[in-house]
Amino acid sequence: MIRARGLAKRYGEKEVLRGLDLDVPIGGFLLVTGKNGSGKSTLLRLLAGLLAPSEGELSVDVPRGEIGYVGHEPLVYRELTAVENLELYGRLYRISERKERIGMLLERYGLWDARHQRVSTYSRGMQQRLALCRALLHDPALILLDEPFSALDGEGVQLLDRELSEIARVRTLAVASHQPERIEALATVRLALS
Amino acid sequence: MSLRNRPGPALAVSALALLMTAVALAFYWVPNDANQGFSQRIFYIHVPVALTSYACFIWGAWKALRLLWRHDSAYDLESYTAIHLGTIFGILTLATGSIWAKISWGHWWLWSERQLVLFLILFLFYCAYFMLRYSVDEGPRRERMSAVYALFGVVLIPVSFLAIRLAQGFIHPTVFTLDGPQMTGQIFFVFCLSWAGLLCLFAALYQTELAGKRLDRSLRELRRSMAV
Amino acid sequence: MTAYARDVVALARKDLLVELRTRETVPAMLLFVLSALVVFHFALPASTQGSDIAVAGLLWMSILFTALLGLTRSFFAEREHGLLEALVLAPCERSAIWLAKALSVMCFLLVMELIAIPAFALFYESVSGATVAAVVLADIGIATVGSLLSAVAAASRTRELLLPLLFLPLAIPIIVGGVGASVADAPGRYLGFLGLYDAIFAIMSWASFEYVVTE
Repeated sequence: MIRARGLAKRYGEKEVLRGLDLDVPIGGFLLVTGKNGSGKSTLLRLLAGLLAPSEGELSVDVPRGEIGYVGHEPLVYRELTAVENLELYGRLYRISERKERIGMLLERYGLWDARHQRVSTYSRGMQQRLALCRALLHDPALILLDEPFSALDGEGVQLLDRELSEIARVRTLAVASHQPERIEALATVRLALS
Repeated sequence: MSLRNRPGPALAVSALALLMTAVALAFYWVPNDANQGFSQRIFYIHVPVALTSYACFIWGAWKALRLLWRHDSAYDLESYTAIHLGTIFGILTLATGSIWAKISWGHWWLWSERQLVLFLILFLFYCAYFMLRYSVDEGPRRERMSAVYALFGVVLIPVSFLAIRLAQGFIHPTVFTLDGPQMTGQIFFVFCLSWAGLLCLFAALYQTELAGKRLDRSLRELRRSMAV
Repeated sequence: MTAYARDVVALARKDLLVELRTRETVPAMLLFVLSALVVFHFALPASTQGSDIAVAGLLWMSILFTALLGLTRSFFAEREHGLLEALVLAPCERSAIWLAKALSVMCFLLVMELIAIPAFALFYESVSGATVAAVVLADIGIATVGSLLSAVAAASRTRELLLPLLFLPLAIPIIVGGVGASVADAPGRYLGFLGLYDAIFAIMSWASFEYVVTE
């Protein structure tokens, strides 16, 4: 599903990724590790299609609408409520039975009670949980998570642990983390960046 | 070192030959203009420089279109170089126009001279193009945004010209303009000679600057791969 | 409604909803345009000819610079929080993002002008129907080109500094059309020109937005 050969990415003069080869089959779980600044986020953004490679080839056999991405920012509108945010994304991703799906996700991620409050009132942990809802809303075939545990609170971490094991069974995942202990066991492909 | 493989020197030589001939003819051969006298000879430089500048911008926009169409980064340098040269010719147009205006009418600037005003607008536009390039990091994003802006620029040329004409309807029109002579045989010939020379000059400078930039880029790539 | 139109409506609705809740952009634009109109009064010594062209120009200058203020906000917040990327990732057409933004900017401009035009009529001179028509046409040009350029400037290091530089040369024809329609005896030509400008540059902006937000 994901194939990279000699992948490199530069920002101006600064080289972030160099000579990367990668193969992730459908249903695989890619774990990307490395310290801060090693290019984990850049790799995920390349996989999402947000960036184009400077050199080398990259093929991700997934159409745009079937990729779910969680970056460093939660990518939700702070002035809107959780429901309004998910409604918007639901429309853009052409999800049928939006309301049911939104309700189900909000409940699963513990945001049901706060669903009509503006995101600006949420704690960082809650925003991250909403980000996960947003990324999973359209049931994507490929899920890209950049440091998903870092912004979560204790309850959120447990939730995500549980969810990840579920999702990993049926979907392809790529997760970047600089503390990979939690998800080591699930990984099928490991990539350590320096 | 055959001339076929390196058009640069051939073009430069042709440019030099054409321009020197054109200048010589412009000074000694063509008849004096009844109204403006000797100063009107600057027309043989001013108008061809302006036309060459337009040609540069159109060439740059064409390369920009190719970049967006083909997703090929090679066109970025070509588009940028053409626009860079176009801006230089544009500055020359403003300078020669200003000199002509001073000699003819005693003012360094004439709002009533449409071509001059158009070049002022284009100068502002393409300066913004360079500011755009300088404030975005190198990469596919910068290439695409520059290409889009270059295309807007070339469309702005006729639209601005129309705007300037319309503006003269409500800005008090004056009689100060820089008129070229009637394009009779001799004059047309020298004009074309001058323009041909300038186009050769553009081509020579374009090749040279492009080669320089490409070398620069190759050097950087080499340095980068050696740093591994 | 086609899927494209639905996307545009959903996105435009989002922009208007966000503005309604934060109330950051429109009040600032209103205050700015009024301040500008007042400042201009003090900036122009009494002209011995009493030409009315100078006065019409003030309305247009005020609108243009206020519009710039509003445009800097249009994509900057989204680019800052990476929200634009979230929209680009969605399977909708990228030009729908641009169209929605242009529509919302248009709304903000119209609201601002609802105050600016009467204020101008109060401080300076009455405003003809042609002027109002010209303002609406000019708004289309400003919103379409401005939204595209806002996305461009938001990706640069200099942001707010760059947007006016990119936009002002392109705004010159709009000013010519607008002022011409305000002062000429036969405003038809100028209104037609504004329409032509809008058509050409709206199409170009629509077609090129995709290239500006993707790599």
